[in-house]
Amino acid sequence: MKQNLVCYRTFEEKSPSSFETYKKFNGYTTWEKLLKGKMKPSEVIDAIKAAGLMGRGGAGFPTGLKMSFINRDKEGQKYLVCNSDESEPGTSKDRFIMQKNPHQLIEGMAIAAYTMGATVGYNYMRGEFMKEFESCEKALKEAKKAGLIGKNILGTGINFELINIIGAGAYIVGEETAMLESIEGKRAMPRFKPPFPANYGLYGKPTTVNNTESLASIPVILDKGAEWFKKLGTEKSGGTKIFSVSGHVAKPGVFEIPMGTPFKDLLELAGGMLDNRGCKAVIPGGSSMKIVPGKTMLKAEMSYEGMQSVGSAIGSGGVIVMDDRTCMVEALACVIKFYEDESCGQCTPCREGTNWLHQNLRDIIAGKGKIKDVDLLVEIAGKIEGKTICAFGEAVAWPVQSFIEHFRDEFEFYCKNGYSKVKGK
Amino acid sequence: MNNKREFDSSVTKQIDAWKKKFPKEKPESSIIMSLRFIQDHYGWLSDKHLDMLADYLDLAPIRVYEVASFYSMYHRKPVGKYVLGICGSISCMLRGSEPLLHHLETKLDIKLGDTTKDGLFTLKEVECLASCTKAPAMVVNGTQYVEDLTPESLDKLVDNLRQGEQL
Repeated sequence: MKQNLVCYRTFEEKSPSSFETYKKFNGYTTWEKLLKGKMKPSEVIDAIKAAGLMGRGGAGFPTGLKMSFINRDKEGQKYLVCNSDESEPGTSKDRFIMQKNPHQLIEGMAIAAYTMGATVGYNYMRGEFMKEFESCEKALKEAKKAGLIGKNILGTGINFELINIIGAGAYIVGEETAMLESIEGKRAMPRFKPPFPANYGLYGKPTTVNNTESLASIPVILDKGAEWFKKLGTEKSGGTKIFSVSGHVAKPGVFEIPMGTPFKDLLELAGGMLDNRGCKAVIPGGSSMKIVPGKTMLKAEMSYEGMQSVGSAIGSGGVIVMDDRTCMVEALACVIKFYEDESCGQCTPCREGTNWLHQNLRDIIAGKGKIKDVDLLVEIAGKIEGKTICAFGEAVAWPVQSFIEHFRDEFEFYCKNGYSKVKGK
Repeated sequence: MNNKREFDSSVTKQIDAWKKKFPKEKPESSIIMSLRFIQDHYGWLSDKHLDMLADYLDLAPIRVYEVASFYSMYHRKPVGKYVLGICGSISCMLRGSEPLLHHLETKLDIKLGDTTKDGLFTLKEVECLASCTKAPAMVVNGTQYVEDLTPESLDKLVDNLRQGEQL
């Protein structure tokens, strides 16, 4: 299977992140074509739509369609924001683009910004990513020196300022309107929508927020053609996807592979199951997505439609593998503790509900659970889902519902006996 | 209140440079990183520091306080020279982060959240660091990643730091 065809294509090179290396990969040629008027903004959007690129951060919204929401000819400041806040448990992929192929992200941002008529773009990295920040700053310096970013680029009169910034620790910043609040120097609390960022975004101006992997895919799509990209994947899921495989596998790792790759092949890339144990369950797209029993996953393919058909989603590509020694009650408690910690506190159902869920799970693990607590967990989750300003509510509810749907016996056993069915007394 | 105290010039230099990343009329956008510069220099963020920053950026103090109390990387209390943040999220948990945390509690003879008597280490549990494929992972002083942890590698790290070695 071919790997590293898009965002990771420079990784095998001696100095993967350098300007020279990126130039060898036809780097910045699409940007120059646009600057010189040899390609029109509308062609960019058409190509991204035809390529079937969907938002790689987790939501899977069609990237071309999102870009078309901005009226480039409307007067006034517009912004592009790159979401490099990588924080979804199980997800570790964007940081490597920034470490080892930052120029492709810069070119992708330049192309996307120009296409939407934005002259300023922010790349917002999570607070811990100092190494990634420094790599992006170094690349930006090189691109500016080459005259490809900044004012009056290559004498065309076109301006694009790219600004790297870094956060201070908050999962919710990854929600696009929370990210805008954070850039504005506030608590990262998601905004009511509508108005959507395309109308009222950063500082109240039209803004598009795209994930790092989505933006870094754009130069390759335009250079090699939408058809080339689309055909790497399946009919409904174009291109490649980066999967970070973690948990109980022999060789955890990050793999950029064609959409539609069978899960069992991805598992093989990750060295198979740790200690050759059985594959009990997999969360295929970061901890917010629904858990899928291992035997179902082993027959499934890694694509939007493939994951939908097994009742989950590809999300961010954070594939969390659990072997048959995993206690599902304890695993869910760990997932829910995360959401309790990270709830921004703005909406009551989420702020209070995550706390109740965690308390309930802690009681079960402490041997104080009652059988009715299992239904209570599902009930609380249902009272968070759909009742919050942002999708964090779903991100809390889905793990609870799916863990109990597939592993109810373990929860009931824990309540009845006061100890884990898997681990014993 | 006494606002005569000023930040060290190395800090104001950093703040001034960072402010240029945002529109002139939006000084509040630089609060988040300014707090980091202050914390990196002074070790933690006291109320005095927050008031001084509000003053420096010409903003109401609440604008600074609400940010300082929201983001997890800020220390509002003095911390040790090395803040060890062990990831407790699902991918690290599956690879044994919990026993590691207890190992560190024993090794350092402190409880989670506390600082050693010699002022060298503060132990924290943090949420997902995006190091899931190199689990269990931790972050030292906010930005230095240490991955693929084992009890032995942690012992070595702590011993080295105790002997005055750099990270």
